[in-house]
Amino acid sequence: MPETTYIEAITQAMSEEMARDERVFLIGEDVGVYGGAFKTSAGLIDRFGPERVIDTPISEIAIVGAASGAALMGMRPIAEMQFIDFITCAYDILVNFTATSRYRVGSACPIVVRGPAGAGTHGGPFHSLSPEAMFMNRPGIKIVSPGTAYDAKGLLKAAIRDDDPVLFIENKYLYRRIKETLPDDDYVVPIGKANVRRKGKDLTIVTWGAMIYVADEAAEALAKDGVSVEVVDLRSIIPFDEEAILESVAKTNRVIILHEAPLTGGAGAEFAARIAEKAFDYLDAPVKRIASLDVPTPYSPPLEEYYLPNAAKVLAAARELLAY
Amino acid sequence: MSDVSTQHAARSTQHFDSHGLTREQLLDIDYYLRLTRTLEERLVALFRQAKVIGGLFRSLGQEGESVAAAYALDYKQGDVVQPLIRNMGAILVAGAKPADIIKQYMAKGDSPTRGRELNIHFGHPARDGFIGQISMLGDMIPVMAGISLAGRMQKKSLVTLAFIGDGASSTGAFYEGMNFAAVQRLPMVVCLENNGYAYSTPTSRQTAARSLAEKAMAFGCASDTVDGNDVLATYGAVKRAVEHARAGGGVTLLEVVTFRMKGHAEHDNQSYVPPEVLEEWKAKDPVARYEKTLIDAGIAADFSEIQDRVRREVDAATDEAERSPMPRGEEAALGLYGGDGYWDA
Repeated sequence: MPETTYIEAITQAMSEEMARDERVFLIGEDVGVYGGAFKTSAGLIDRFGPERVIDTPISEIAIVGAASGAALMGMRPIAEMQFIDFITCAYDILVNFTATSRYRVGSACPIVVRGPAGAGTHGGPFHSLSPEAMFMNRPGIKIVSPGTAYDAKGLLKAAIRDDDPVLFIENKYLYRRIKETLPDDDYVVPIGKANVRRKGKDLTIVTWGAMIYVADEAAEALAKDGVSVEVVDLRSIIPFDEEAILESVAKTNRVIILHEAPLTGGAGAEFAARIAEKAFDYLDAPVKRIASLDVPTPYSPPLEEYYLPNAAKVLAAARELLAY
Repeated sequence: MSDVSTQHAARSTQHFDSHGLTREQLLDIDYYLRLTRTLEERLVALFRQAKVIGGLFRSLGQEGESVAAAYALDYKQGDVVQPLIRNMGAILVAGAKPADIIKQYMAKGDSPTRGRELNIHFGHPARDGFIGQISMLGDMIPVMAGISLAGRMQKKSLVTLAFIGDGASSTGAFYEGMNFAAVQRLPMVVCLENNGYAYSTPTSRQTAARSLAEKAMAFGCASDTVDGNDVLATYGAVKRAVEHARAGGGVTLLEVVTFRMKGHAEHDNQSYVPPEVLEEWKAKDPVARYEKTLIDAGIAADFSEIQDRVRREVDAATDEAERSPMPRGEEAALGLYGGDGYWDA
């Protein structure tokens, strides 16, 4: 069986959805003839033509705004941000127009905004964003963040078929670093469902995106000490699988929330609060969060490495909780 | 004396250009002008009775261009108009019901937005032929570009008409949306209303450009300037731009010169506007001017029949809106996503 990289899974999802549904189109900077800055849309213009693979001026407002207008008319646009950091340039139109459209006036506005996110590739302050928290408090947009090729393909298909706007966070660190054998059949991964990727009974790590591999590494190390770790890959941030989090915490009684965005006001704060509200009696130790430093993402490798979570930081936190 | 009147009438008739509108259509435009003005006056009365929940934004002095521009569209072909707060006349032309507008202002549970949104922020482009703005001025230009783009992708021959103000033409979204629409040669007409003030800020403090139409140079699109208080001239200019767009000629930026005769909203006494300027523009009132044109051209003798009809309709709409229920509080939790079926019911 041929193996599929994370980035190929995204390309496949777009290509298959465009073939399945003529309402689906791609709009973004350099997505057409060039095939995208990361070659995510390579070949799509040859297959679907320039009417459905639209190169735009450098304007995230135009990309998201035009996608939103087209979605109101019944189209299913995929709006690519060349780097997800640039969604901040279209933050206004996305959170104020697109995300509120159904709630305010009853008009569905089903767009997918997708693009490369995350650090670890020495992209510096403007090419490393993990944007989930800045959208969590603006209701109306779903947020997904796959960490596997399987989930990238299945969640992107689910996002394209969803009747509401979805922010699809691609972890570019994973683009060509992971490979999996994917099913030949058409499949979707439902939005809002977590995946327990490792079963355990002593400690839960709730995480998503590229951090699932950091969690795996820490879990392997702890296994050698006889500690059994459960890794819950949330996959969806909004809506999130509260049941999966609470079930795991009820079983292990200890929990670390691990994410790549800075700590303060990060998505982990919300999950920690839910656990405190709804699973307090199950906890044998405080809820622990491991996240990036509360600074912009620095460029130089030693700085970036220090800034990001890693297995050692998770291990230290885990040992603290286990000794509590 | 009689010679002079005859001469005057003859000269007027000679200069009267109906822009291809029939007598019925010319009177229909007057109906919408009167409907807009009367409905707004009714909303002022309801506002003073504290029955309007939010602010009230008048279009006094801008009814002419709002109605005339929207009248140049063909809603049967799927054309879409996007009003600003002062273009209530435009959505009435597109088919908005006066009762729905009053219900919106009164935040009623059976208003088009079920009490979630204010004033004329409502409408669906494909279903209604109009779409309400959001308050982040400028954002609707890229959205309207997307509606135009979808129309082209769906092989429709629709044209979109977006209103934008002198103030909003300072935003990045305006430039980015216009630029994209022009590059794509989208079938879009943008009426850039220069009504003298953005809240309290005069146009001279908004831009150093000599005219707003000049901004079209940056986009490489067609442009024109029209007297927005001349109903027929505005209709003609928009009609030309719509035909240009429908024929594949792309975007037109049309500067519509008019004046805001009231404050930003009812709370604002516009003390910052020199009284002589208001006097000057009062003499150019678009509704009175249009009706005089029709009388001079022998199209109509008086408009009492239209005014009676409008009054009856606004009365009935007011009654309907007043009888409507407020929304139930718990509905606030519903309808964010499609899954709960709230909007299907």
